Amino acid sequence: MATATGTRLFGAPEKRREDPRFITGRGQYVDDVKLPGMTHAAFVRSPHAHARLKRVDAAPARAVPGVVAVYTALDLKVGALPCGWMLPNIKVPPRPALASGKVRYVGEPVAVVVGETAYAAKDGAEAVRVEYEALPGVSDPRKAHDKGAPQLFDDIPQNQCFYWTIGDKTATEAAFKSAAKVVAQPLRNQRLIPNAIEPRACVASYAPGTGDLTLWVTSQNPHVHRLLMAAFILGIPETKMRVIAPDVGGGFGSKIFVYNEEVVAAWASKALARPVKWTAERRESFLNDAHGRDHVTEVEMAFDRGGKITGLRVKTHANLGAYLSTFAPLIPSYLYGPLLSGVYRIPAIFCEVWGMLTTTAPVDAYRGAGRPEATYLLERTMDRAADDLGVDPAELRRQNLILPFTSGTPYQTPVAFAYDSGNYEPALNRALELSGYAKARREQEEGRKRGRYIGIGVSTYIEACGPAPSAVAGSLGAGAGLWESGQVRVHPTGAVTVYTGSHSHGQGHETTFAQLVADQLGIPMAQVEIVHGDTAQIPFGMGTYGSRSACVGGSAILMSLDKVKAKGRKIAAHLLEANEQDLVFEGGKWSVKGSPGKAKTWGEVSLMAYLAHNLPQGMEPGLEATSFFDPPNFTFPFGAHVAVVEVDAETGQTKLLKYVAVDDVGRVINPMIVDGMVHGGIAQGVGQALWEHGVYSDDGQLLAATMMDYALPKADQLPSYETERTVTPSPVNPLGIKGAGETGTIAATPTVANAVIDALAPFGIAHIDMPLTPDKIWKAVTAARK
Amino acid sequence: MTLPVKMTINGTNYRHEVEPRMLLVHYIREVVGLTGTHVGCDTSQCGACTIILNGQAVKACNVFAVQADGAQIMTIEGLAKNGQLHPIQEGFWEKHGLQCGFCTPGMIMAVYQLLERYPKPTEAQIRHQLEGNLCRCTGYHNIVKAVQYAAEKMAGR
Ligand code: FES
Ligand code: FES
Repeated sequence: MATATGTRLFGAPEKRREDPRFITGRGQYVDDVKLPGMTHAAFVRSPHAHARLKRVDAAPARAVPGVVAVYTALDLKVGALPCGWMLPNIKVPPRPALASGKVRYVGEPVAVVVGETAYAAKDGAEAVRVEYEALPGVSDPRKAHDKGAPQLFDDIPQNQCFYWTIGDKTATEAAFKSAAKVVAQPLRNQRLIPNAIEPRACVASYAPGTGDLTLWVTSQNPHVHRLLMAAFILGIPETKMRVIAPDVGGGFGSKIFVYNEEVVAAWASKALARPVKWTAERRESFLNDAHGRDHVTEVEMAFDRGGKITGLRVKTHANLGAYLSTFAPLIPSYLYGPLLSGVYRIPAIFCEVWGMLTTTAPVDAYRGAGRPEATYLLERTMDRAADDLGVDPAELRRQNLILPFTSGTPYQTPVAFAYDSGNYEPALNRALELSGYAKARREQEEGRKRGRYIGIGVSTYIEACGPAPSAVAGSLGAGAGLWESGQVRVHPTGAVTVYTGSHSHGQGHETTFAQLVADQLGIPMAQVEIVHGDTAQIPFGMGTYGSRSACVGGSAILMSLDKVKAKGRKIAAHLLEANEQDLVFEGGKWSVKGSPGKAKTWGEVSLMAYLAHNLPQGMEPGLEATSFFDPPNFTFPFGAHVAVVEVDAETGQTKLLKYVAVDDVGRVINPMIVDGMVHGGIAQGVGQALWEHGVYSDDGQLLAATMMDYALPKADQLPSYETERTVTPSPVNPLGIKGAGETGTIAATPTVANAVIDALAPFGIAHIDMPLTPDKIWKAVTAARK
Repeated sequence: MTLPVKMTINGTNYRHEVEPRMLLVHYIREVVGLTGTHVGCDTSQCGACTIILNGQAVKACNVFAVQADGAQIMTIEGLAKNGQLHPIQEGFWEKHGLQCGFCTPGMIMAVYQLLERYPKPTEAQIRHQLEGNLCRCTGYHNIVKAVQYAAEKMAGR
């Protein structure tokens, strides 16, 4: 494999090239798209968690001034929304774009009203009369499993969509039989609602003359949207559909999936021969964006006399919601179970997962997706175990760490994954040092004497990025490949346009990929243009999720760069009348070894490639290359985080005093951007630990459906963070990159939860389920004091 | 029914007939066509729609267009003068105070007022003043740094 050799821009904290348009208000988001004759859609949504749809009366809505059309499931001629990941014996309930027969969660779209203005459409939506016959709902995945629980689908008994296991049951049982100590902890990983600040939106525009459909949509993966919508839902050739994901305001997973609204808008645009726009209100984001997490889990960890882990047993009821969102089955299975070894030597692991349907919004990938759930249960249990065993939690972790394996021999876990490269102790040591761990422990001791409750939380984590390789994913049920495309098109002046299948919705690819290209070619970044997010321009690509853009997308670009450089070298050798092997490429030119005066610049060679006046015998003109990188394995970033908190025992309020993150994400293209992603990830992780909770009532009403009820982290609740890195390059891609998009979220949740529980140790409190709100803490402290 | 409104936005005078229920943010975005001001929640929690209305930072999703009749308004598009970025904009760029950029215009307008109130803000003041503006990407760390950069730059002038 070729290795990136650049030194100048690769690794530099370059300011972002996308920023000027954003800081001046000139970004182009989907809701900014305005087309002649454009109409606006508003959805009528179910107020019931579960009900039979008796009648939908559109007539009053049609009479509202400005209403253009009203459609229900009876009008719509489209396929069900497909699920892109299958597990053995999975039962896939059909998910209609508009509900028919029954509604199964609050917010499920029942009808659409198209109006001349958004206001008229909303007036119309209010006028639609829907008759429901309410049925009992169920929001808890374990209760949904009970005999006698409300049934969502007649042919899915006890609402069990799948049962999935990983690991060695017999070996694990044996480990528990001979254990010196077993630590057990039931816990919940609560439901989260992603809340990218840009609400989902789409504009569909059908051209009756040509039959071409253009869809602007808030998507992390425009080609995935096109494939699923064209082939499976709308039944049109992919060539007749163009998907554009322009500037997108954050995704965190929630914009990977194909949703009802864009399907309905696309169909309506064709029916009306007019463009149709829909932009979610925030309340609709809460109701119908795919949610995250929502596991009910029992963990048991076995230890020997010396404090070494000998076994791990996990039973999880994973809430999938009412229907399967695009990749829903993948998250609590292959992105969860294989992470259960963490950074620890665990000889035997067995994990069982029940995928459950409930009358709630569909659940799918949210930043981290399965990996935070695995990390939380491991790290929470490690702290419980440290407490039981009477050892320092950092020391218990250290004793159980996997030893360094950076030499290219992967570490095989008992749960399928073989880690690419890892050296875990330095990150832990550095995090402890940076946080002043020993001193903080002393202060904690002192403080407790005076009724001051300081807590210190540690977590050592691993994550899996850049899901791969495609063949393995296919054998595990993927309905997609997991490679990425990168096309490099060199222009006659030597300027370069790169077309990437990755999609940027905050990640800054226009900067990082340009750094990579400029560095490899020795040309200024100003000569490099990065194009993404438009299926009419880029080659088929898989998009951005799973922290895959730099490691998989970047590697595909590198492969194409290698190809154009190889051709350029041939041209240069020909022009210089030298042997290819005698040329060195440096600083944007090829020169002959030993006679540096004899040289051809990148620009001269590019020009000749297009003039074609003097090319080597038989060479085709032009200079461009397309590559598809299919990595041989996932990458496995890791690190150690430490948080120090103070809990006010009288009010239950937690104050985050200090947060230290030491991550190892392999090699880094732009440290400023990576730090930024870590910061944002930490905030989301802290949000889960302390505040965020997508609360449903037992019968399926969403009680946290506004930003007043769902507590997103705010500036005044968070400290500044200290971030550092160790660097263990990944051997599975030529750039040595591991991926950085989700580490913060994965690590921060258990770190902060552990810190809060640690603060409450003097009260004998061993566990509280997240979020650790003042209310819950106060109740626990009050109960403990009695 | 419609009502006449007139207002000055970024130095340009506008006159339109609007429905009385039209929100100011929709007027700015849809009628005037300045799409830099964003809508993140339409219920006054996120701050993405923050503009300067008669000298005050205001969430434009919480005001009817007709209430702003006769007002002087500045939106994100009016902040840079003669192609010269305002120090706050510079600060966000220099300190990587944005990722997806969606909260950014509102955030910048809120900072505009913050720095009028507190020309030399402490970190705690910055964080407190910005608690009405949500950012899901940055964890606020670099936004604080951006404000500090702008404050220093503006004090130096
Ligand atoms: S859109 Fe106005 S505060 Fe969110
Ligand atoms: S930069 Fe994305 S929400 Fe703030």
